[in-house]
Amino acid sequence: MEFSLKVNQQNFTVEVDPGTPLLWVLRDELQLMGTKYGCGIGQCGACTVHIDGEAQRSCQTTIEIAEGQDITTIEGLSDHGDHPVQEAWKEIDVPQCGYCQGGQMMTASAFLAKNPSPDAKEIRMAMQGNICRCASYNRIEKAVAVAAEKLTK
Amino acid sequence: MSKTINRRNFLRLSLLGSGGLLIGLQFAGCESKGSEMPVDIDTLDFTSFNAYIEMAKTGHVIIYSPNPEIGQGVKTAMPMIVAEELDVPWKMVTVKQAPLSNDFNRQVAGGSQSIRQNFPTLRNAGATVKLMLMTAAANQWKIPVSECSAEDAIIKNTKGDQLKYADVLEAAALLEVPEKAPLKKSKDFKLIGQPIANVDIDEIITGKPIFGIDYKEEGMKFASIIIPPFGANLATFDAKKALEQKGIEQVVAIGDKVAIIGQNTWSVFKAKDLVDVQWKNIKSDQDSKVIDAKMDKALSKKANKIVGYGQYDKAIKNADKVISKTFSSPYVAHATLEPLCFFADVKEKNVRLIGPTQVPKDSATTVAKELGIPVENITVEMTRMGGGFGRRLSTDFTLEAALISAKIKAPVKLVHKREDDMDSGQFRPKVKYQMTAGIKNNTLKAFQIREAIAQNFGLRPWNANFFPKGTTDHYNIESALIETEISTLWWRAPISNMVGFSTGCFLDEVAEEMGKDVIDLHHEMLDVATGKKLPYAPKRMKEVIDLVKEKSNWGKSDKIQGFAAYFSHNTYVAEVCEIEMRGDVPVPTKVFAAVDCGIVINISGAKAQVEGSILDALGHSRNSEISIVKGKVQEQNFDTYKLGRMMDTPVVETYFVDTNAAPTGLGEPAYPPAAAAFANAVKKATGKRWTNHPFLA
Repeated sequence: MEFSLKVNQQNFTVEVDPGTPLLWVLRDELQLMGTKYGCGIGQCGACTVHIDGEAQRSCQTTIEIAEGQDITTIEGLSDHGDHPVQEAWKEIDVPQCGYCQGGQMMTASAFLAKNPSPDAKEIRMAMQGNICRCASYNRIEKAVAVAAEKLTK
Repeated sequence: MSKTINRRNFLRLSLLGSGGLLIGLQFAGCESKGSEMPVDIDTLDFTSFNAYIEMAKTGHVIIYSPNPEIGQGVKTAMPMIVAEELDVPWKMVTVKQAPLSNDFNRQVAGGSQSIRQNFPTLRNAGATVKLMLMTAAANQWKIPVSECSAEDAIIKNTKGDQLKYADVLEAAALLEVPEKAPLKKSKDFKLIGQPIANVDIDEIITGKPIFGIDYKEEGMKFASIIIPPFGANLATFDAKKALEQKGIEQVVAIGDKVAIIGQNTWSVFKAKDLVDVQWKNIKSDQDSKVIDAKMDKALSKKANKIVGYGQYDKAIKNADKVISKTFSSPYVAHATLEPLCFFADVKEKNVRLIGPTQVPKDSATTVAKELGIPVENITVEMTRMGGGFGRRLSTDFTLEAALISAKIKAPVKLVHKREDDMDSGQFRPKVKYQMTAGIKNNTLKAFQIREAIAQNFGLRPWNANFFPKGTTDHYNIESALIETEISTLWWRAPISNMVGFSTGCFLDEVAEEMGKDVIDLHHEMLDVATGKKLPYAPKRMKEVIDLVKEKSNWGKSDKIQGFAAYFSHNTYVAEVCEIEMRGDVPVPTKVFAAVDCGIVINISGAKAQVEGSILDALGHSRNSEISIVKGKVQEQNFDTYKLGRMMDTPVVETYFVDTNAAPTGLGEPAYPPAAAAFANAVKKATGKRWTNHPFLA
């Protein structure tokens, strides 16, 4: 079936089976590889994207649900890799293997858009759904706080 | 990069017999910048000096990182060492991942050995090229090279003349490559010891396709795989329903496994669940509970002696007090967040392999052997890896991809669905340690570790020669092997992870029994060890212990603290964990770590490894367990296989001993003491001794 998608401000038409998760449309059809597969059951957060500004698990979002919505992936978070969250990630040198970090940044950026001055507990709550198997949690936490500072400046 | 090595350079280098020419097999997106690069380096003409270094007339330098990158940071740290001795500004350096090549030593990510074993070679690679450049400048000035010096890619002579490296590049490349060159004194290091950001940071934060799972090429097929229970074999399978699915092309047996081949990842994942597979020879004894009982039985009697000295049995008989405790850990999975995956293109006479592996050479030799293709006709490109932790030291998944490609006669990317990644587990061995101590005149006199371990991967490291060997007059280490068909493998800080935990907890018990501070007990023990021939230096161990004592305010702090120290992977680590009781639940809030890993190469990456190892240890010791029933892995995904998350995370403060000792490794050694320091704090707070992982089960 044919579906129309708006991803990172661009319109696409894709021919996929109904029920195909957005994750695999992004990766295999649109060649947007920054959104990662980790578990396929919404447990790890590696596939997090923004759908109408909300952080959502693209592995749990079918193409039917995604159609017509405004989708942003890590590739579209900023034009030049300079979103305050990306800058903070770089400043704090967060990634170890780096595999989960796109999902972490998508969760963090959606969260900070709603709550630009979070306290430490709110940051931890917000990031709880994203697994970092390298356990770079100290730096993720710090980078979210630094990004919040950058956003409110 | 193929275009950067032209025919002319090839001939020149061949004539000179220089160590290296890399054939261009660059995985798109694997190039990483040391900093902002104003020019497109692909447009520059580079001269190759050795397997590590290429330089362009613009002053840009490419440094090849030889070892696989699994998140341990070697892709940043190894080129830093080359750049230090070459003496070029880091901002002019672009790092590229080298492919598998005979030009390099041990291209393996394992055992925390990349830096330790390659430090001299990497220094020499930089220093020899620096000497060639200086010699070319000296020739131009018609002076001896001894009158020249070089710094930041600029050569100077005693008269004050200057030449850039770029000015003498071509002349230098024509010179004989010296075997050795003067190395810097460690006090003169400028780059080594600095905080240098992950060289792939820009690609990571913008979602570039740099991982193995991201690899794609024209005409490539996609595959998923079904894995049999441990010990079982494939009987039959019915793929009718799967083959009716759109995008599914073939379903084939690969030994006892079944592969589903199609046009995209989702279709092969979905179709996989529609294949009706029947297994035979399912074995009821391939079961965690059965193994557990066998372990308990093995621990009730003497096992195979591994190491021992003194008269342990007599010392126990004569002891004033004997205490004993048993610690246990279930199987745990590597569960790399990027699941097992690999690309293979098997042709009649050659093979291309591209993907995440910790052992590119083993991958090539395994595939060569299985397919009967000469190993020199097999190329391996290493991608960045979404974690390794030891799992990608095995070549099973690389071979699966190659066998599928050979069978369907097409290039293929195999991706394990998470559930199949778990079924493919080659777990951390299930293990129990029975620790016994004999105390006489309130001194620790006799020490025994009796191990029962369920593992099937042959030779294993045994840490019997590590601390606390040498700290008691009588010492005995025994091990009982529990044979199973459940696959096991090296897993971050192999063996050390649970011996370190058990030793750290047990010494805390011993100290309590003796009415001594546990750090004082360690000092007493290390005093006994001092002067003995041991694979660890008691003095260095004392130094990390004293450093963590000072930094954590041990003994004076009003926080609930636990302590543990261990030596593994050539590195000394002491840790203090602080906890808070939240209701009945002890929560770790802070961990102080003192580390002696010799000279620190990249302080940012080094701290990241310490932080990650500690949080990894606390996550697994509290949450993670793989259980097996009839050979089948019960925890199929992250809903039941629990990992540490943000809310459970203490803040880690890391301190390094100031030293000139040669660098060792850091991917693993901070892991073993962490859960012990935590459990020791919990004992202090609650009076309860946690002995079994996972603590929160």
